[in-house]
Order: sequence, then structure tokens, then C-alpha cells
Amino acid sequence: MEVLRSEHLRRGKNRSVNATPTPTPTLELREVAKNFGSVEALKGVDFEVRDGEVMALVGDNGAGKSTLIKCVAGIYSIDDGQIFFEGEPVTIHGPKDAARLGIEVVYQDLALCDNLDVVQNMYLGRETHDPLFRLREAPMEQRTAETLKSLSVTTIRSVRQAVATLSGGQRQSVAVARAVLWNNKIVFLDEPTAALGVAQTRQVLDLVKRLAEQGLAVVLVSHNLVDVFEVADRITVLRLGRNVGVYEKDKTNEREIVEAITFGAPAPEETEVKA
Amino acid sequence: MSSAAPAEIQAAAEDQDSIVAILRARWVAIRSGDVGSLPVIIGIIAIALYFNSKTSIFFSAVNFQNLIQQMAGVTVIAIGVVFVLLIGEIDLSIGYVSGIAGVSVAYFQQAGTGHQYPGLVALALAIATGLVIGLIQGSVIAFIGVPSFVVTLAGLLVSQGLILQVLGTQGVIGIQDKQINDIANYVLTKNTGWIVAIILTVALAGAAFGSYFSRLRAGLPTGNVILTIVRVAFFGGLAFAAVYICNQAKPRPGVPLVGLIFVFLVVLGGYVASRTTFGRHVYAVGGNAEAARRAGINVKLIRIIVFMISGAMAAMGGVILASRLNGIDLTAGGGTILLDSISAAVIGGVSLFGGRGRVSGALFGGLIIGMIANGIDLVGYSDAIKLITTGLILLAAVTLDTVLRRRQAAAGR
Repeated sequence: MEVLRSEHLRRGKNRSVNATPTPTPTLELREVAKNFGSVEALKGVDFEVRDGEVMALVGDNGAGKSTLIKCVAGIYSIDDGQIFFEGEPVTIHGPKDAARLGIEVVYQDLALCDNLDVVQNMYLGRETHDPLFRLREAPMEQRTAETLKSLSVTTIRSVRQAVATLSGGQRQSVAVARAVLWNNKIVFLDEPTAALGVAQTRQVLDLVKRLAEQGLAVVLVSHNLVDVFEVADRITVLRLGRNVGVYEKDKTNEREIVEAITFGAPAPEETEVKA
Repeated sequence: MSSAAPAEIQAAAEDQDSIVAILRARWVAIRSGDVGSLPVIIGIIAIALYFNSKTSIFFSAVNFQNLIQQMAGVTVIAIGVVFVLLIGEIDLSIGYVSGIAGVSVAYFQQAGTGHQYPGLVALALAIATGLVIGLIQGSVIAFIGVPSFVVTLAGLLVSQGLILQVLGTQGVIGIQDKQINDIANYVLTKNTGWIVAIILTVALAGAAFGSYFSRLRAGLPTGNVILTIVRVAFFGGLAFAAVYICNQAKPRPGVPLVGLIFVFLVVLGGYVASRTTFGRHVYAVGGNAEAARRAGINVKLIRIIVFMISGAMAAMGGVILASRLNGIDLTAGGGTILLDSISAAVIGGVSLFGGRGRVSGALFGGLIIGMIANGIDLVGYSDAIKLITTGLILLAAVTLDTVLRRRQAAAGR
């Protein structure tokens, strides 16, 4: 039993070192640190995600997940470390920088306008218009319908429905589809299933898989390990602002991840002793 | 599955456009709280029938002309209120801003003072005054974050003070300028009225069928073509009926110019709100300001522009009110102007909670407020009755809005 446990941990640790032999990560963070006064929220965190994969980001409250997202989204600027986009070092100073790189963050509170319809929300702030700033509704409606169809979102009856009339899962679908519509390369989903029922959770998880199938790099932040194991290809565990490790879904199990989240990786000497 | 999908969608789209399906969808929308202008139309009919039963003058041509002139000031001010309510703010200064504009227009046409300008220049200066007041108030609200309720309450007091200051010694300025007095009092010739009705109908048909064909080309659901024709015919018919009635009025037949002015402003405002990126952003800010900000919309700029629109519309309304009285006195901008204008917008279906409502609501609400005032005067009830009635209708409108809002939220989950 003891051996089994240590083997799990060792394998998990090894995996964080040997990256799968795919091209350069779409987004890579190296030794990223972020302080708020004397509080170190991120203490040299490494993170990466590749095209076509779903990378889960898990950790207990205060592990630094939200801080990491906000650093990548340009809401916070990092204090130390480097961010690489498709192998090139980049700096992200504001939401506009992140948008330019093709990074879209779908926040927990969705950032949709309830009073506007699906098309209007998908194009919010980026409306198609002619030189006189008159809206061109037809092309917007067409592309919205196409995008939803490409993601197999079939439960939305009309794209001219106000978002207020949609269910939680449908709203989440609209927020995610917005990321696809704008040809983003990386989509961060912050707790996308937190407030959803069973059927709607299924809807959203299917959508997450489809995003990766379309070649996007998807980062799923979630507390729900069942969801994580269902859709993620790899799992990054953070604890108290540090990396614990990166685990491949097929070679780990929920117990190992829970241990990593709660206790972190064992100290190196401890592992050696047991090995 | 995937091969069958396009045909299914095609069939669904065609199905969606049949009259039965549209009526059914409309009924579902009404039941889930999206009633559109239904309560307002019912209200207008009920009020008209009531006053008609009390006095035969109410449905006379000359009274129709009168009503148009009476409702004009409040309706125009209410257009600005609609924009302010759409972003979820309030503007309490509009009453006295309209007063300031009235004073300005009178001041800048005064003969023998060294600041006498042609009527239209005085009008432009008055509207510029409203724009500047809106710019100042909007900037304080947007940049510093002081609640609009307080900022515009301060604006109300300052504006009232300015009116007293300017008019202080004389207490009244008469307007002799013909152009200014014509704004509220000129009546179009019969034929001009007909031409206006024709232009309105053609423009309406152009807009309706333009959008119909652009959607048809794009392969989107177009709505039912018969319903589109019926709608154009109905509103075109209303325009012709209005011109016909005004042309029957006894001493001075014809459509009042001011009626044309407020219809033009309502159409313009409606166009800006529903067909331009600016209008879309106004609704977005009212619906979820944080979402709008994250979507890259300049929320502060939208707020400032909206308060400038409110100031300019209040100014235009003030000029109309001053023009109607051929002058201005110390009561300018006071009385029930503020509350009537806000009531007009709210009765017209514009939500006080932001993001819901149409500019045409100002016209419907202005009409209801105008009809009540006009009818009560005709029947000979006291001002007390007028205030109580207006108050109750306002309360009913806000209650309806609150109930519908809750109902819509419930329908969403």
C-alpha cells in the first residue's frame, strides 16, 4: 500500500518533467510570481497548455487559480517570470493585450447582458457596422447561427431570444461560443459548471470537448474532479501559489489528485527514502 | 443526423414565419412578461373612450390639434429621459434645464439688448446650453462616480437658481421672434400635411422592406410578409388619419409643425437606439455595465453622451414650451414638467431598472399624459384630480414594470 502510494506520487512528479512530444505550447508560463503587498499569491508557477487539449487547473481555495487567470487575462500584471505565446515571449499589460493574442476568459459570472439577445451578446462591443455606424444585423445573425451549429449547440431555439430567457447551460454555451466566434486560440473557463444541473453540466462538458476538437487550447478551472476527469487531457495542480505537478488524466486517478490538492507533493528526500 | 439537420432547420424557419406561429410566439412572450406596447395601447384607448363619454369636444379636430401642441414639450423631454433610463440612471435636472433653455432662447432674441440673434441661432444656443449642462453632469457621474440621482438633483437646484438669477429683476421675457414662436404655434398647410404623410409612409415601407429583403438575401427568417405589409399599412394609415383630422380643424386647419418635430425626434431617437452601435452599447450598459466594460465598450463615454442627449432634448422641450407661451417667466421649467416627462417615459414602457424599453415609449407616454391633462381640463375637473390621476397611472406603470421584470426573470430559469 505504501509503495503504491509513493509510486503514484513519483509518476505524477515525473510527468510534470516529461512533456508530451507535441509542438511548442500555445501558452506557457515560466516561474511566474505575483504579490499583493506581503502576500505572495503566485510563487514561481509554471503552466502550459497546447492546441487541441483540455488542460484542467485545479487547487484548493487560495491556491492561486484565479490570480493565474487574471494575470493571463491582463487584469493583473505579473511581478516576475515570463509568459510565452506560441514560443515567443510576450507581455500582457491589459485585457486588450490578451484579446490581441487570442486569449478569451469566460468568467464565472459570464459577463452577458440579460436584456440583449444571443446575437447581440455574441457581438457585444465588436458589432459589424457600416461606415455610418449602422448595425449590419444579417451577417451577425448568420455567423452566430453558424458558430452555435458548429459547436452543436442545438437547444437554443432562436438566436433572437433575449439571454434572460435562457437556462444556465444555454447561457454558458453562449459565453463559450463567443470565444469561438472571435477565433480565439486559448479559452479559459472559470468554473463553467458550478451553478448547473446534471443535464446542463453535460451540455457544457460536451461543449468543452468540442472546443478542443476544433483545435483550441482549453483551460478548465474547476473544483469538480468528476468533471475534470471527464474532459481534461492533463491536470495541473496548484497549492498555496506553487506547482504540485502536471498529471496525465489516463495515468492518474481522483485519489492522487485529491492528495496533490490537499497535501501537495511530498518533499523530495521523503520520496527518495520511500523509493 | 447531420445531413438531416439543414432541412429541419429550413422547415423550422418557414414554420416560424407563418401567422399562426408568430401569434403563438407573441402569446408565449406576453405570458412570460414581454408585453411590448400592449398596456400602453389599451391605456390610450381606455382614456380616449372615457373622456369621449364625458365630453363631445374631446374627439373634435380642433382638440386633436390642441392635444398635439400640448403634449409636444413633455414628449420631447421624455425622449432624453428614455436614453437616461436605458442606461439605468436618472436625470432630475431636465425640468429646470428645459427652463434654462427657455430663458436662453428668450434672452438671445431680445430686441435692443446687444444680444439679439436670429431665432434659429437663439434656438441653437439654447440647445448648446442643454448639451453643456449634460456634459458637465455626465462627466461628474461617469468619471467621479457620484450617483446620478444626486448629481442631477444638484443640477436641478443650480438650474432653478440660474433662472431666478437671470430673470430676477424683470421676472419675464417676452418672445417676439417669429421663427421661435412658430416652433410651437405654426400650422402646416393642408397639402404640406399630406406630403408629410406620404413621405412618412414611404420611409416606413422602405425601412420595413429593406430589412425584409436583406434578411431574405442572407437566408435568415424574415417574419411574415403579410404581417409586414399590415404593419406598414397600419402606421401609414395612422399618419394619414392624423393629417386628415388636423386638416378639419376649424379656425386654423392643418398639422401643427411641432407635431412633425416630435415625431421626427422620436423616429430619429428610435433609429439611434435600435439601429446603431451607439444604441446597442446604451442597452448593454443598462443591462450589465460590467459585461459592457469587459466587452471593450467605453462605458464612461456612453454615460456622458447619454446625459448630453438628455440635456439637449430637455432644452428642445423647453424651447417648445417657451414658444407656446410666447415668452418665459419665473415659473419656467417648474411645475409638473420634470415628473410628467419621467412619467411619460415610464408609462411608455421604459424600465426604471435599465436596459429595457423603446424610444417610441416617449411618444405613447407623452400622449397618455397629454390626454389626461387635456381631457380633465375639458371636462372641468380640478388640478387635484389631474395630479391624482397622473400619479395613479404612473404607479400602475411602474408596478407593471416591476411585476413583468420578475416574471421575465422567472421565465429564464
